[in-house]
Amino acid sequence: MKKMKKFLSLALASALAAGVFAGCGEEKTTESSDSAQSSSSSSNSDSSEGTLKIGSMGPLTGDNAAYGEAVNNGAQLAVEEINADGGINGMQVEFKFEDDESDAEKAVNAYNSLKDWGMQLVMGAVTSGACTAVSAETANDHMFQITPSGTSMDCVAPYDNVFRLCFSDPAQGTKSAEYIATKGLATKIAVIYDSSDTYSSGIYQSFAAEAKNQGLEIVAAEAFTADNKTDFSVQLQKAKDSGAELVFLPIYYQQASAILQQADKMGFAPQWFGCDGMDGILGVEGFDTSLAEGLMLLTPFATDASDEKTQNFNKAYEEEFGIEPIQFAADAYDSIYAIKLAAEDAGLTADMDASEMCDKMMESMLNINLDGLTGVDGITWDASGEPNKAPKGVKIENGAYVSMD
Amino acid sequence: MIVMWKKMKKTTRSNIITFGMVILAYAVIQAMVMTGNISSLFKGLLVPVCTYVILAISLNLVVGILGELSLGHAGFMCVGAFASAFFSKTMQGVIAPDGLRFFLALLIGAAAAGIFGILIGIPVLRLKGDYLAIVTLAFGEIIKNVINVLFIGKDANGFHFSTKDVISLNMEPDGVVLVNGPQGITGTPKDATFTIGVILILITLIIVINLVNSRSGRAIMAIRDNRIAAESIGINITKYKLMAFAISAAMAGCAGVLYAHNLSSLTATPKNFGYNMSIMILVFVVLGGIGNIRGSIIAAVILTLLPELLRGLSDYRMLIYAIVLIVMMLFNWAPKAIEWREKYLGKLKHRKKAAKEA
Amino acid sequence: MSFISYFINGVSLGSVYAIIALGYTMVYGIAKMLNFAHGDVIMIGAYVVLTCVSTAGLNPVLAILIGIVACTIFGIVIERVAYRPLRNAASPLAVLITAIGVSYLLQNIALLIFGSNTKSFPEIIKLPSLSLAGGKLTITGTTILTIVACLVIMAGLTAFINKTKSGQAMLAVSEDKGAAQLMGINVNGTIALTFAIGSALAALAGVLLCSTYPSLTPYTGSMPGIKAFVAAVFGGIGSIPGALIGGILLGVIEILGKAYISSQLADAIVFAVLIIVLLVKPTGILGKNIQEKV
Repeated sequence: MKKMKKFLSLALASALAAGVFAGCGEEKTTESSDSAQSSSSSSNSDSSEGTLKIGSMGPLTGDNAAYGEAVNNGAQLAVEEINADGGINGMQVEFKFEDDESDAEKAVNAYNSLKDWGMQLVMGAVTSGACTAVSAETANDHMFQITPSGTSMDCVAPYDNVFRLCFSDPAQGTKSAEYIATKGLATKIAVIYDSSDTYSSGIYQSFAAEAKNQGLEIVAAEAFTADNKTDFSVQLQKAKDSGAELVFLPIYYQQASAILQQADKMGFAPQWFGCDGMDGILGVEGFDTSLAEGLMLLTPFATDASDEKTQNFNKAYEEEFGIEPIQFAADAYDSIYAIKLAAEDAGLTADMDASEMCDKMMESMLNINLDGLTGVDGITWDASGEPNKAPKGVKIENGAYVSMD
Repeated sequence: MIVMWKKMKKTTRSNIITFGMVILAYAVIQAMVMTGNISSLFKGLLVPVCTYVILAISLNLVVGILGELSLGHAGFMCVGAFASAFFSKTMQGVIAPDGLRFFLALLIGAAAAGIFGILIGIPVLRLKGDYLAIVTLAFGEIIKNVINVLFIGKDANGFHFSTKDVISLNMEPDGVVLVNGPQGITGTPKDATFTIGVILILITLIIVINLVNSRSGRAIMAIRDNRIAAESIGINITKYKLMAFAISAAMAGCAGVLYAHNLSSLTATPKNFGYNMSIMILVFVVLGGIGNIRGSIIAAVILTLLPELLRGLSDYRMLIYAIVLIVMMLFNWAPKAIEWREKYLGKLKHRKKAAKEA
Repeated sequence: MSFISYFINGVSLGSVYAIIALGYTMVYGIAKMLNFAHGDVIMIGAYVVLTCVSTAGLNPVLAILIGIVACTIFGIVIERVAYRPLRNAASPLAVLITAIGVSYLLQNIALLIFGSNTKSFPEIIKLPSLSLAGGKLTITGTTILTIVACLVIMAGLTAFINKTKSGQAMLAVSEDKGAAQLMGINVNGTIALTFAIGSALAALAGVLLCSTYPSLTPYTGSMPGIKAFVAAVFGGIGSIPGALIGGILLGVIEILGKAYISSQLADAIVFAVLIIVLLVKPTGILGKNIQEKV
C-alpha cells in the first residue's frame, strides 16, 4: 500500500517535471521559429515584419488583484490600438501578463516565465515590493523595464535600465505637503496611512518630512495594516479629537471609501486630501459618491477629465471591459505608449536581442516627450528614470472631478 | 551488491533512497543547466524549491517526530531572513569573500531563529494540541507585525532604531536606512545558489535523520506516542520538546536565509511570512505524509511547481490549484479511497508478485 | 468620552467576531475539526446578499433570507463532499488541509464570478444614529443592531441546544460519537445540521460585518475568520458562551489597543493577550479542563 502511494507521488512528480521540460521545449521551438521568421524577413530586407514582445506582471489574484487587472486591461487597450495602427516600426506588438500575487518571489517567477515566452521589454511590475525584486533581475539580464505603478524609490533608483511612469513616493508626499501649504488649505493635519504598505508609508514619511519645512502641523498620524484594514473607528476618532482641519489619506481608494463612510456615520467632516491611489473612488461599486464631495486629490490622471484623449480612453475601456478605468489602467496605457515612442526613436527591429534593445531604449527614453493620459503637458524622462510631469490638483464636485488650479 | 542491499536495515535503505533521490535530482538538473536545456522559469524556481523543501523537512520534525502542530513556522523563517539580510547588508564590502559572508549570514540566520525557537518554545510547549497550534500562529503574526514597524538606520554615530518612522531615527544626513519598516530590506546580495540550497537540504536531512535515530530522537518519539508513559520512565519532557522545536526553528531560519538572499527585496507581507505561508508548509508535510521526510520533500517540490505550471491557464490557475489540493488530500487520506486503492491497485501488485514467483 | 466610544465600537466589532466564532466553535465541538473555510463562507454570504439587493433589487429581508439559504446549502455541500470522506482519516490534520483547499476554492470562485474590484456594501438596513452627550458621542444604528443580533442569536442557539431533540443530539455527538451512534442518533445527519447552522450564521455575520465595514472583496472573510477562530480559542473552543465572551473581549482589546498603545501593532497586541491568557488558562476562559488518564 505504502509503496503504491510512493509510486503515485513519484509518478505525479515525474509527470509534472515532464510538464516543465515539455513546456520549456515548446517555448524553445516557438522562440526559434520566431527568430527564423525574423531572420528570413531581414534577408528579404523587409523590416516591416516580426513581432515585439512586451511582458508584464502584477497581481491577478490576492488582495491587490484589482490593480493588476487594471494594468493588464490598460496595456491591452494600448497594444490593440498600436497594432491596429500598424504596430511599432512595422512590428506587431504581442503583450502577455502574468500573475505575481504581488509577492516578490512570485514576481520573479512570472518574469522568468515571460523570458521563456520570449519577452524583449518589461512593462511592470505593478506593486512596489514585487517591482524591486524584478528590477534586480532585469538589471542583471540587461533588459529594458518601465514600471507603470511601482512607486518605491528602490524600484528605479539603483538601476539605470529601469524607468518609471508614475510619481515616486517621495515626490508625491513632498508635492502634497507643498500643495496644501501654498494653497493654505489647512495647518492642522491628521494622516491616516497603511503602515504595512510600501506605497502608503513611503508617501507618509516624505509628507511628514516636508510638512515640517512648510510649517504644517501633523496633529495625528494614525496607521492601519493589511491585516486590519476594515475598522477605522479608532483612527477617525483620534483625528477628530485632535482637531484636525484636514485629513491626508495617502492610501488606495478601497480603504478610503470605507474611511469616508465610517467618518460620515460618526459625523466627522474635515477636508480630505489624497494622492493618486485615491483615483477610482467614484468607481467603487455601491459607494455613495456624495460622501466624496469636496475630496481633493493630487493626481496626474483623473477619470472624469474633460480632454478628448481621456474621454476616448474611458469610452474604449468601458466598452471593452465593462468597468470604469482607474489610475493603474491609465499608467499602463501610457507606459505602452512610452515604449512605442522610445522604440520608434531608437529604431528597434525584430532581429535585435533584448540587451541590444535595452541599450537603445535607455538612450531614447531621454529624447521622448509623451503626450499621455497621466501628464497634461507631456511627460519627459531623465537619466535617473524618474518622469517629469506636473501633478494636477483636482476636487470632487457633484460627483465629478474639477480642476482646482 | 544486491545481497548487501537486502541485508541492510529497512530504515538505512530508506535513508539511502532519500539521499540518493536528492543527489540524483541535483545531478540531473545541474547537467541540464550546464547544457542550457532548461527554461528560465525552472532555473529561477530552483532556489525557492530548495527553500520550501528545507521548510517542509523542518516542520516535519515538529509535526511528524515531535507530534505537535505548529502554525508559526513562517515566523521563524521571517526571523532568519531578516537577521541574515540585515547582516549581509551591513557587511557588504566589509567582509571580502562573498562566500564567507554568506556562510556567516547562514549561521546568524539559523542562530537567530533557533533562539526565537527556544524563547517561544518555553512558554508554548506547555500547551497541547490546537491550543499550541493557535499560540504558534499568534507568535508568527506578532513577529511579522513587529518587523513591519522596525526601522534601523546607520550613520557616522552608529546604529539608530525606531518603531515609528524614518524621521524619528534622527540620523545625520549621510545616514543609510537599513531596515525601512514595511519596505523592509532592499539590495540584499544575491548569494543563494542552487548548489548551496541542495547542500543545505542534505545537511538538514542528515541532522533530522541522525536525530531520529539517536537516543534523543527516541525520547522525542516516546513523548509523541505517550507523554505520560515517557514522563514516568524519567524522560525530561520539556528538554526534549524544546530541543526538537529549536532545531526545527533553526532549520526554518536557514530556509529564510536562502529566501532572503535569492531576492533583492525583502518585505514581511501576509503573503510570504504570514499564517498563510505557515499553513502552506503544513500542507507540504501533510500531503507528503506526516513523519515521512521523503514524502514531504516530494510534496514540497510538487506544490511549489504546480502553480507555476498552471500559468498557461491564467484566470483559472489558483482555482485549479485548489481543486487539485482537495482531490489529492481525498485520494491520499480518505479511508474509502485507501480501501479502493488497495482493492484495485493491490490486485495489480498481487498479480505482479505472482508473476515474479512463477 | 472617546473611551466610551472606543469601547462601544469594540463591543460591536467583538459581536461580529462572536457570531463568526460560533460557527467555528460548534463545528469544532462536534466534528473536532477547524473549518478554515468558514471565513470564506461569510464572504460568499455577503456577495449573495449584495447581488440580491443591488442587481436584482430585492427587499433586504428577502435578500438576507436568500443569503442564509445559499450559505446553508454551501455548508452542507462542503461538508458532504470535502470533509465527510476524511472523517475517519488516520490523521486529524488531513481534514484541516482539505479545509484550506476549500477556502482557496471559495476565494477563487468569488474572484472569477464577482471580480477583484472592491464593492461597497450598501446600507441595507437604514437606522438612525444615536447621539448622546450633546453630540459628543455618536453610536450608529448598525452598531446597536450588531450587538442586539449577536445577543439574540446567542440566546436562540443556547435554547435550541438545550431544549430541542436535535440540539441534545448535537451535545451527545460532541461528547462521544460512538456512544451517540449506539443510542440511535444519526451522527452524519447531526454533523451536517451543525454545518448548516454554522453556515447560516456565517451569512448573517457576513451581512453584519459588511454593514459595519462596508467594503467587500473575495478576501474579505479570511482575516475576520482567523480572528474569530482566535476568539473561539480564547473563550474555550467548543463552548458557546465562550465564543461570545472570547469574541467581545477580542474586539474590545483590538480597538482599545489600537487607540491607546499603537495602531500599527493592533494585531500583535491582540495575539499577545491571547498568548498570555492561554498560558495562564491553557484551555481558554470557559474551556473544560479534561484530566488526562494513562
